[in-house]
Amino acid sequence: MSWSFAVDIAMVGLLLAIAVFIIAVRDAFGAVIAFAAYGLLVAVVWVRLQAVDVALTEAAIGSGLTGLLMLGAAARLRVAERAAKAEPPGGWLRASAAVLSATVATALGTAVWFFAEPPPTLAPAAVAGIEATGLGNAVTAVLMAYRATDTLLEKVVLVLAVVGVWSLAPDRAWGGRPGTLYRTDPDGVLPFFARVLPPFGVVIGAYLMWTAADDPGGAFPGGTVLAAMWVLVMMAGLADSPPVRSVPLRLVVLAGPVAFVGVGLAGMVIADAFLAYPVGYAKLLIVTIEIAMTLSIAAMLGMLLAGAPQRPVDP
Amino acid sequence: MRLALDLFTIVAVLAGAFFFLAGTVGLLRFPDTLTRLHALSKADNLGLGLIVLGLLPRVDSTLVAVKLVCVWLLVLLSGATVAQLIARVSRDQDSSR
Repeated sequence: MSWSFAVDIAMVGLLLAIAVFIIAVRDAFGAVIAFAAYGLLVAVVWVRLQAVDVALTEAAIGSGLTGLLMLGAAARLRVAERAAKAEPPGGWLRASAAVLSATVATALGTAVWFFAEPPPTLAPAAVAGIEATGLGNAVTAVLMAYRATDTLLEKVVLVLAVVGVWSLAPDRAWGGRPGTLYRTDPDGVLPFFARVLPPFGVVIGAYLMWTAADDPGGAFPGGTVLAAMWVLVMMAGLADSPPVRSVPLRLVVLAGPVAFVGVGLAGMVIADAFLAYPVGYAKLLIVTIEIAMTLSIAAMLGMLLAGAPQRPVDP
Repeated sequence: MRLALDLFTIVAVLAGAFFFLAGTVGLLRFPDTLTRLHALSKADNLGLGLIVLGLLPRVDSTLVAVKLVCVWLLVLLSGATVAQLIARVSRDQDSSR
């Protein structure tokens, strides 16, 4: 017991050290790399807390995807960063930022300190009602049955994010292909890797989605792995990114949310409320939504990573 | 038999942890990018390989064992690729200086 306690304490210390480093380090690139490491460590902490579903999502989204997005942002900010360093913020600005951060930190610390002991939990209730959903994983039951509205809105937010990125296109590239065209040596290391890895990645992504019904997994980790494979193929120059006005691409992006809303509306007729599942068909409907969601998430995350359209489609 | 398997696990995982430690020390202490990559790949290849080997006797089913080996193989593949890519960038930067 004391051994695992010592490991926990060391892990918390390491987390705090990385967090301080992320804030203290002067260049954005270093901060982003440290942020990715921080995300991986947080994923390990979630495993220690026996929340493997959260750990998977944290590793995939919190560390991998967010890290990549911020890496792209850091590369674009490199010019502005030099200008910002040449003109350090004034004392008044620094002082107010310090006061604000200290206030938030104190408030959070106080809230954690006065947590009820034992903490209130809905876990027994979630497990008690799981029979009706036909699922074996309580986390999936919460996401897809008890709190399905939250999950639905989450996906709608993601669609809005993609629309936001696409609207950053300059006029001449409107509806065109996102990102730069990657040119690589076709016999090089990266194209080889991008040919060997995707078959495994596709299987792993589909497996993560499928297994979520009974074991840790989910549409988000699965979709992220699929998106990673797609981005790898694009970066290796094996396939160009699709123009964002492409109808099939837009259909895949919308498939998940539309399936979710469709099942939700059907619930008002065949069950008794919006997003209610008829008895006996809950698992079938949930898995159907999850499959559509995984494809949509993969397409949306891939498009978020590819960035705003930059190249007009050839006439 | 049980004792022998436990001993095997302990020895293999400790050996794997040693390679991770050595790889980390090398990453921090070695003078340039290529030698640091060399140190890092020892941690990935041998360190993780030995830990996977040590965990194999402790799994419940063959499927889990296959998954563990697959994890190691995928890390080998991606580790080797990333090392190549970083080494290439570092070489190009050196020659352009």
